[in-house]
Amino acid sequence: MTSEGGAAGLKKVDIGFEGFNIISYGGIPKNRATLVTGTAGSAKTLFAVQFLVEGIPKGEHGVFVTFEETPNDIRENMRSIGWDIAGWEAEGTLTFVDASPTTDQETVISSDFDLGGLLARIEHAVRKVGATRVSIDALGAIFTALGNSTVVRGELLRLVSTLKSLEVTSIVTAERDEEYGAVARFGVEEFVADNVIILRNALEDEKRRRTIEILKFRGTSHQKGEFPFSIVPNRGIVVIPLSGLELKQASSNVRISSGNTEIDAMCGGGFYRDSIILISGATGTGKTLLTTEFMAGGAQNGEKCLLFAFEESREQLVRNATGWGVDYDKWEKDGKLKLVCAYPEVTSLEDHLIAIKDAIDEFKPKRVAIDSLSALERISTQKGFREFIISVTSFIKHRETAGLFTSTTPTLTGGASVTETHISTLTDSIILLRYVEMYGEMRRGLTILKMRGSMHEKDIREFTIDGNGMHVGKPFKNVGGILSGNPQHVSGLEEERLRGMFGDG
Amino acid sequence: MSSKEELRLFITGRTNRSQEAVHNLRSIITSRTSGEFDLSVIDVLENPEQAEAERILATPTLVRTTEHGAIRIIGDLSNTKEVLKLLGVRELQDETGEGGNDE
Repeated sequence: MTSEGGAAGLKKVDIGFEGFNIISYGGIPKNRATLVTGTAGSAKTLFAVQFLVEGIPKGEHGVFVTFEETPNDIRENMRSIGWDIAGWEAEGTLTFVDASPTTDQETVISSDFDLGGLLARIEHAVRKVGATRVSIDALGAIFTALGNSTVVRGELLRLVSTLKSLEVTSIVTAERDEEYGAVARFGVEEFVADNVIILRNALEDEKRRRTIEILKFRGTSHQKGEFPFSIVPNRGIVVIPLSGLELKQASSNVRISSGNTEIDAMCGGGFYRDSIILISGATGTGKTLLTTEFMAGGAQNGEKCLLFAFEESREQLVRNATGWGVDYDKWEKDGKLKLVCAYPEVTSLEDHLIAIKDAIDEFKPKRVAIDSLSALERISTQKGFREFIISVTSFIKHRETAGLFTSTTPTLTGGASVTETHISTLTDSIILLRYVEMYGEMRRGLTILKMRGSMHEKDIREFTIDGNGMHVGKPFKNVGGILSGNPQHVSGLEEERLRGMFGDG
Repeated sequence: MSSKEELRLFITGRTNRSQEAVHNLRSIITSRTSGEFDLSVIDVLENPEQAEAERILATPTLVRTTEHGAIRIIGDLSNTKEVLKLLGVRELQDETGEGGNDE
């Protein structure tokens, strides 16, 4: 529930949000107030509610002090996440202090006053439910209600110190005006300066991207920078840590079949069991076929295989596979294969990532394929896509599972895609599929560009596709410039001379 | 208006500010009204439920509940004019001609 963190031995409270633990190194500082700021619609209220909701199963009860929305609005809104606020109120694990604007006829703010009423109510509520967690949403609203005077500012300091003396861990939200500007409106941060979390909902390339950043935790460490998060039904905020997994997974020397004996031979005996393989090629070069063979190779060996298809429907996939002699339906019935088909546009990349991780955790496959990454690229920003790739590859590697991704090159011959620039350093193996125009005819070529930790063949080989799948043939002779997309015929003499130059005869 | 109307004054403990507000309000009720108001002083430390029910943030807060909703004054009630306005007794003030009492 709590863990030691930082040099001063400051304790942290695991607030329970998925992924938040990793970026916060164990949670938010215990018995302190943490400021959560963000623009309108950045999920501050959800954060504040979820903080309390996650405490309930651990026996940590909560008080929600609401300055903006009425308790009824919050009960209503949280129902869409799947939370029964009224139920928790009834069992006495959560209670409201309603400080939302009243519908009074008139309120005159006259002279000298203090926040005694509010403090007494919070204290009473904390005692009533035995709360150890308090959320205040949103602090700035108090200035709207009572004016921004020195009295109010002084009283807010008293509020924060009262929370400390009650030995509760608290979340205080405040609105800010810009995604990249002052921490909060009204200079609220001066009251809760020790710990600051910023939620962002920025518009980038016409796409919304939600991120969370821990700006500071006084006296204890945390990861720096922005991390994407998503809002998932029944779970609320799910943070997506990028490098939460250290690169410490054991490398395996065990080889697995690519599902194609010729390619296995070119790779020096197959892929490594825990490697990430990228297949790059233009549309129609055979990426989906290689994916299918990879899946079939696993299923035949009794390994569970999971395929995420973002370009084709289930029917198309099954039909294509049948055309290459692979019976997807049978493997699925045997429980060896699971197909997950979705259009990239149905949801955000962050939600796809969460769905992918969930499916992997549930099915526990030995092989995972994503066909194609390029389809996912079009629904995200560049930055978001890079984060997705890092997150998904580290997730797969951590489970000692083989991952095969496909990437579509934008041009028919030659060329590289953005996907490759993001993923190439993360992959262990790269296979290029290319169209080769020769004598007025389109032919296909395949080469192993990279095979980490192993010898592999460097030739560019021609391959053909028929009803039994892919057949890799002989290397292209007397042709150069295939990968750059400008095949040129090299005379036999020239080739001899070049081979001699590089001593590769 | 046969029965007395209740005025509620929410205070926090026995602070100077609280005592000041109680004193100010009592003297206004005694000197300016003719017994139509009944004053309850509620200490939020002793009765937090009442503060919750009335959604009191600041103290002292004077609450008068009318059929059109509540009217509140937040502060130590040293401004007699504001209090009289809340009590709706300006007419009385005009009749008695004691306008010079304002601060």
